[in-house]
Order: sequence, then C-alpha cells, then structure tokens
Amino acid sequence: MPDPLLDVQELTVVFGGPHEAVTAVDRVSFQIAAGETLGLVGESGSGKSVTAFSILRLLQPPGRVASGRVVFDGRDLLSLPEREMRAVRGARISLIFQEPMTALNPVMRVGDQIAEALTVHNLASRPQAWKRAVELVDAVHIPDAARRARDYPHQLSGGMRQRVMIAIALACHPPLVIADEPTTALDVTIQAQVLDLLRELRARYNLALLLITHDFGVIAEMADRVAVMRQGRLVEQGPVRQILRAPGHEYTRTLLAAVPGARGPSGPPLD
Amino acid sequence: MALLEVRHLVKHFVRRQGLWRPPSVIRAVDDVSFAIEEGEMFGLVGESGSGKSTTGRCILRLIEPTSGEVLFRGENVLAFSRARMRRARRDMQIVFQDPYSSLNPRMRAGAIVEEPLIIHRLGSSAERRERVAELFALVGLDTGHLARYPHEFSGGQRQRIGIARALALNPALVIADEAVSALDVSIQAQVVRLMLDLRARLKLTYLFIAHDLRLVEHVCSRVAVMYLGKVVEIGTTGALFTSAAHPYTRALLSAVPVLDPDAPRRRIVLDAGSFDHAAPLREVGPSHWAAVPV
Repeated sequence: MPDPLLDVQELTVVFGGPHEAVTAVDRVSFQIAAGETLGLVGESGSGKSVTAFSILRLLQPPGRVASGRVVFDGRDLLSLPEREMRAVRGARISLIFQEPMTALNPVMRVGDQIAEALTVHNLASRPQAWKRAVELVDAVHIPDAARRARDYPHQLSGGMRQRVMIAIALACHPPLVIADEPTTALDVTIQAQVLDLLRELRARYNLALLLITHDFGVIAEMADRVAVMRQGRLVEQGPVRQILRAPGHEYTRTLLAAVPGARGPSGPPLD
Repeated sequence: MALLEVRHLVKHFVRRQGLWRPPSVIRAVDDVSFAIEEGEMFGLVGESGSGKSTTGRCILRLIEPTSGEVLFRGENVLAFSRARMRRARRDMQIVFQDPYSSLNPRMRAGAIVEEPLIIHRLGSSAERRERVAELFALVGLDTGHLARYPHEFSGGQRQRIGIARALALNPALVIADEAVSALDVSIQAQVVRLMLDLRARLKLTYLFIAHDLRLVEHVCSRVAVMYLGKVVEIGTTGALFTSAAHPYTRALLSAVPVLDPDAPRRRIVLDAGSFDHAAPLREVGPSHWAAVPV
C-alpha cells in the first residue's frame, strides 16, 4: 500500500499499574488508505473499541498505551503535544459513537452542536457555522433541515440522532472517520438507512472509515478489508471477500458460523 | 387444541398530557391474534415500539391487557383470579432480554434459581437444593458456581441462569423476550442451541420475541410480524421469508444485512402511506396470512 492515511504499528495498550497490568490490545498493526473502509470486527472485550480510543488518545486511566506508533498525516499521534492532538480530533479524525443519546448534549440544539465542531477549530464564524450546520443536517437527509437544526436531541428519533452524530463527525471534512458500532442500537430498517447514508457520504467526501462492529453482516455491506480481533490480538486481516469466503483463522470461521443463517464454510447451521 | 391462543388482544396506554388537553391513547397492542401449537417455537418479530414485548407481557398478565382473550390449554387466563393466575404462572415463564438487569445482583445464583420454588412452596429445602443443582446442570452451568453472584458470570452464563430460573417450575410455555439479543453472536448461538435442546428434552413450547430476523428465520417454525401494534403478516417461516406479502415485511427483510458483499442490494424503503394499516389479515398462501388488500 503506497503511503497509507493511517498506519497503526504494534499498538499495545495495558490497563493497570506496572505490576498488575492487563494487556487489552497486544501489538496490533493495520493500515487504512485514503477512501478505504476497514472493518474491525470482534466480540465484546476483544479490544476493538480500546484500539479506536487509543488512536484518538481518548483512553481513560488506568488504560494507557504501552508501546507502538499511530502514524497519521506522516506524524506519530502518540507523541504529539495535547494541543496539537486537539487539532486532529474532530477536524482530521472524527468519531461516531454507538449511543447517540448519550453522546449528544441534551441541552443544546443539534444545529449548535454541529456548528460547534466548526467554531471550536476556528474553521468558521458563528453565522457561517450555523449555515453550514443546516446544510449538513440536509446532507444527512433529515427533512426540513432549517427547522430540525433548532431541535434538541430528545425531539429526534434514534435514527435521526445518529444522523446528527454523523453530521457532527463530517462537519470539518475529516479524511478519516472512526465509527464505533454506529448502528448497533438501531432497528434493522433504520440501520439500513444509516449504512446507506454512510456509503453515500463516504463516496461523496472520499472518506476513509474505520468501522468497528461485531456484525459480519454490516462488514459485508460496508468494508473493503476486514481485521478480526480476539482478546486484544489481530488474528487475521484481508480483503472482505477473502475473509468471508475463505477465512484463514479458526476463530474467524467460528464467528462466521455463529451468524444466524450463515451457511459458513465451516459447516452446518444451527438445529 | 393450541397450547396458547391469543384472541383480539388489545392494550392501550393512556397518557395524560396535562390539565386542559385530552389524554392521548397509545395503541401498543391493537387487536392481535395468533395461536401456538404444543412444542412449537413461534417467532414474534417487529421493531422497537411494535408492541411485541407488550404482547408477551400481556399473555403473562405482567401488564393487564385492555381487552381480548388469552387461552392457555383452552382456559382464558385473563379471567383467572389472583390465586389461579399464580398457579398458572408455573406453566408459563418468561426469560428477559438483559441478563445484567433481570437478575438480582445481591442474590447468589443458586438462590435466584431456587426462588420460584420457594414462592410456590415446592419441595423441602433439601429437595429444592437438589432441583437447583439439576437445573444448573441442565443449562450447562457448573454446579460448583451455585454460591457465586451474578456479576461473577459472563453474559451468556447469566442468561443460562435466567433460563434455569424460568425452567425451575417445569413450565410448558416459555416466553423468550429478546432473550439473546444482548449477547455476542457466538454466545447467542450457544444459548439458542441450548433453548432448542431443552425444547426437545422437556417438551417446551416457545414464544420467541425478537427483532433479529436472521435468528428467527433460523430457529422458528412459524412467525408473526408486528408493526405499530398489529400483526401485519403471519405464516410458516419458509412462506414468510420467501414470499413476504406485506410491504412492511418486505421492507424489514430487505434491510437485513447479508453476509455476501456481492449480493445485490435492493433496499425497499417503507412508504407508510402506501398501505392500509387497518386492513384485516387474509390468506395469501398455504398457512400464510397478510394484512393486504385483495
């Protein structure tokens, strides 16, 4: 791969002190090219979210990065001063959370929350930012954008809140978006709409996407490449078709076979 | 005779909107009927707010329905006295979605499974202990862990505790309300296998309430699809998944992600104005009904 956008090298994250440390992420390496979608898949506790948080340096103590490099825009994010890191977060790499209700500020109009993403990075004046916020509300296909931008999160449905989260993430046109289980809390028809939206915006803005999920169905719909994580380690990575059709690792086969209705390569379905 | 028959079940929630505005009525369950045969795994699917969980709870009278009939072995459960209802609950049990909040965190796992036996005054203390150990083994838990607290178990193990508790009274019907939805997919598969295995061994009948169509297609013999309080389509799993007749069912099926990246994606977006939500169910094929006009 010529010059990846994001190059994670031997990332190791531990929780706890020097004597009783638990390794949550163990020498994980992967790369994402501009415009590419990498699906990071694994079960609860596999370390996939910790990996995402470490990239953005949002890890809370007692968690800490023990070693490794996260090279983005040619710089190692892990050694940047916090002030410069703040200029990366949201503007160059943004994050979409699973739970829009807890991630959004309940007492702030959603338009202001989108506009804030721009003003905080000094990318627009307040009136400009509001105008841009309304455009973004429209871009994520929320009808009647000018009025909806004035709504508070509780006035929106779960699917619309997730669209607002996506609008915030895209406000500064970051080249990389990390989406942590972006559709897990949503109903299947709403999930389909949000995935369609992500696909559309990805093409329009040439976004690279690090898509974290436990659902191989979502991976099959969205990802170019897949990395499978288990107990802090990457057990396998490769192009999506190869992983889905001919998984090399036993664990990937087990995960695929567990998907209901999957006639996986490893054998018979349930019952 | 069906083991369970639900007839014209209605549950309206009345929401007061202040002093001067008239209260609004939410038709959570709006004239729902279906029957479940002995030994069947019957799927009830729908999205949030469709009324599927309220239906399950009304059957057990955990929520009192507004009207309708729930016939269990031919007797109307809704007409039972409190004492009669208590006895009836031995035969009808529920497993809840969230294994983290549905188990009392201050009770040991053994006591959680034993509690229904104490409530229904069954057996001596020694007999109950024996029964709890038997149930632990039945659901694949280690009897050495009887004295542990819920937080010491994983999600899948906790759901096994919930199942053991539901089975303590030897029920005929188990209502599984999103019983595996919160679990990782590989754990989900294990718990579903356990449920299928127990059905065969204990001659159980399940009402399997779920939003995951892939799972329902896989384990249920018949399925009812709920949308805004009504059953819009009901039929054998094969018929419903291969020739869905209702626009909502079609939209729902088209939204399910497929494991094949090259599968053609034909998303059907539901246009709520395109169909009559009050249309009655009519037969659209063998053992297959849908609320669509002729």
